[in-house]
Amino acid sequence: MASPEIIENEENVVGDINKYDFRTETKSVFRARKGIDAEIVNQISDMKNEPDWMREFRLHALDVFNSKPMPKWGGDIELDFQDIYYYIKPTEQQGRTWDDVPQEIKDTFEKLGIPEAERKYLAGVKAQFESEVIYGSLKEDLAEKGVIFTDTDTAVREHPELLREYFGKIIPTEDNKFSALNSAVWSGGSFIYVPKGVKIDFPLQAYFRINEENMGQFERTLIIVDEGAQVHYVEGCTAPMYTSESLHSAVVEVMVKRGGRCRYTTIQNWANNIYNLVTKRAHAYGDATMEWVDGNLGSQLTMKYPAVHMMEPGARGEILSIAFAGKGQHQDAGAKLVHMAPNTTGQIISKSISKNGGRSSYRGLARVEQGATGSRCNVVCDALILDDTSRSDTYPYIEILEQDVSIGHEASVSRIGEEQMFYLTSRGLTEAEASTMIVNGFIEPLVKELPMEYAVELNRLIQLQMEGSVG
Amino acid sequence: MADSVIATVIDIASWIIPIVDLSLEKSSKYKMSDVLEIVDLHVNVEGKEILRGVNLKITRGETHALMGPNGSGKSTLGLVLMGHPNYEVTQGDIKLNGESILEDSADERARAGIFLAFQRPVAIPGVKMADFLRHATTNTRFPDRKEGEDLMPMKDFRKELKDNMSQLKMDMEFARRYVNDGFSGGEMKRAEILQLAMLQPKFAILDETDSGLDADAVRLASQSIAEIGGDRMGLLIITHHDKLLEHNPPQYTHVILGGRIVETGGKELAEELHRSGYQRIRDQHPEAAAVNDTNAEKEEVAGV
Repeated sequence: MASPEIIENEENVVGDINKYDFRTETKSVFRARKGIDAEIVNQISDMKNEPDWMREFRLHALDVFNSKPMPKWGGDIELDFQDIYYYIKPTEQQGRTWDDVPQEIKDTFEKLGIPEAERKYLAGVKAQFESEVIYGSLKEDLAEKGVIFTDTDTAVREHPELLREYFGKIIPTEDNKFSALNSAVWSGGSFIYVPKGVKIDFPLQAYFRINEENMGQFERTLIIVDEGAQVHYVEGCTAPMYTSESLHSAVVEVMVKRGGRCRYTTIQNWANNIYNLVTKRAHAYGDATMEWVDGNLGSQLTMKYPAVHMMEPGARGEILSIAFAGKGQHQDAGAKLVHMAPNTTGQIISKSISKNGGRSSYRGLARVEQGATGSRCNVVCDALILDDTSRSDTYPYIEILEQDVSIGHEASVSRIGEEQMFYLTSRGLTEAEASTMIVNGFIEPLVKELPMEYAVELNRLIQLQMEGSVG
Repeated sequence: MADSVIATVIDIASWIIPIVDLSLEKSSKYKMSDVLEIVDLHVNVEGKEILRGVNLKITRGETHALMGPNGSGKSTLGLVLMGHPNYEVTQGDIKLNGESILEDSADERARAGIFLAFQRPVAIPGVKMADFLRHATTNTRFPDRKEGEDLMPMKDFRKELKDNMSQLKMDMEFARRYVNDGFSGGEMKRAEILQLAMLQPKFAILDETDSGLDADAVRLASQSIAEIGGDRMGLLIITHHDKLLEHNPPQYTHVILGGRIVETGGKELAEELHRSGYQRIRDQHPEAAAVNDTNAEKEEVAGV
């Protein structure tokens, strides 16, 4: 591979690196002081020139946040909410030079080597720079079809009726402590509306980044897929290493109307000190399909359980989840399926890998409400443990309130087999290559669902995790 | 940048040329000096002595048959040559061209040119045959490749894979399946022979590559091995059958009993054993036969 010095002279490579924009020297026009209270929340609303209803929404959420206890389950959260910046508005991208980028980050970039080819697939690329989306592009033909793809702050100003109809309706402020926190201080995120019958046949992508130390990122995403419409939204995250805690707490709401289809793909690779506490939920109506594809790498603790509520007959929910827990990491990830109407179909496939003392937990809910007759729900969770110091747990919650349903649950925990290692090494693969190959094989059923460039990126990230050089 | 790219191209080219030469030179007798030598080899498995002093010398280009009843240590010999971590060498040596390889790990031995066709290959779910083979082929062809360096060019690999698969009457779809995952007995054995063809080792140990195959499949396997290995490899064929030897007439046949090679002959010895069984050998070597019976019982109890 080329050395960093050479990369500096390569325009296209620099373009790739800009996507991640780690630790850029930023000149903030406004940075709220640390901590959270009504004054801060009002400041955020002032800075954004928000309508009164949003200000009230935020202030109410603050009360809810303050009144809710910390969750008693999941992982250990040691956060001082008053020691976090909740809002920073950046001005513009400063002229950063390659020399400013730390060597380990350069190494990571080089190893990641995001292919240039991926760009041609990019429909509208949005990059979140700290709290505010500062640039983005949208293909013209999408706009012509009436598709809206913008950041959520802009949507508050430009599409107030549409946004207000769904905002906070799928995940109410009261849902949990962190959805309340997000509701109070949210900033950025994507807003997508796909009109009736419009099918977008290439993935819409967004890149999110956390840039400022001790800076929480609270993006808010809302996707509305109208009747018979179709969209695939892809979100990839990388974050640099920091020394003190950082909090990422997003809320993602998805509405899929009758006959619509939405796939939401996330590959997240957070720095080791980040708490990643995300609430994701979709409502799928008659014969609609919602798919979550969720890959979790890095972070200190991730708690994330993408949910599909199947609201009307024939709705389908599918969740593919993969977690990689390395040293000092706890991935408490899973999925929730709620069958609320007859003849709905749900599937959860979860794969977790634990290495170097990492801990992964599958936590999943399969619930069939009364009257949801003829519903089918299938859960498969497989865990792979790479060494004796690592750990994997399964917490399946199954709540069935109806008789005439079909429920399946399979769970397996395995270790990399000695005979598999011997077989591969006897063909000339080193032990590291062999175990990476076994791990990649283990997640293959999920990887093959990803767009090509994300599959490549995920495989590379896994390889780096296996080498222990990242995260 | 441009310079380094050109340098890389040249670098790769210098590696490819020997591969091309290798594949064209099917019938030539070259590098016959390579020697794999087993000297007074004693091996313990879980504290029990399975091999009790094996001596065997294979020169590249020769075919050796290794025959013996259950419990004799045939499979152990194959696994220990390949460097299985559970097999403890307590005495003796394994030498490649005069240098001990006892301290070498399995992957180092593979890159030095040793190959074992497994009797029971394990499944690696999710790993495609083609991806696995490209990695394995690159590592064994270019033993000095460092982790993370480029694999052999896809174009060259594909062509070679296609040629070998058509020779083995395998559908290309096979390359997209997961390694040994859901393979029938016959598919597994053919996949092993395909690997032999791709990796082109100096020495290959074929551990009952005929077991589980019907007569036609054994004939195809036998022909394929002859075409691939022929006089270009040193072959150690572990078998109960003489069919596998049909196209690979051994210069030497060794009979192993109770962890020792008790008799060595030519092709006619393999024929005799196939025709009349091991009774004559047992009668002539009662002590080895007794050890063999004890070990065979243990194998049965352990479900091996």
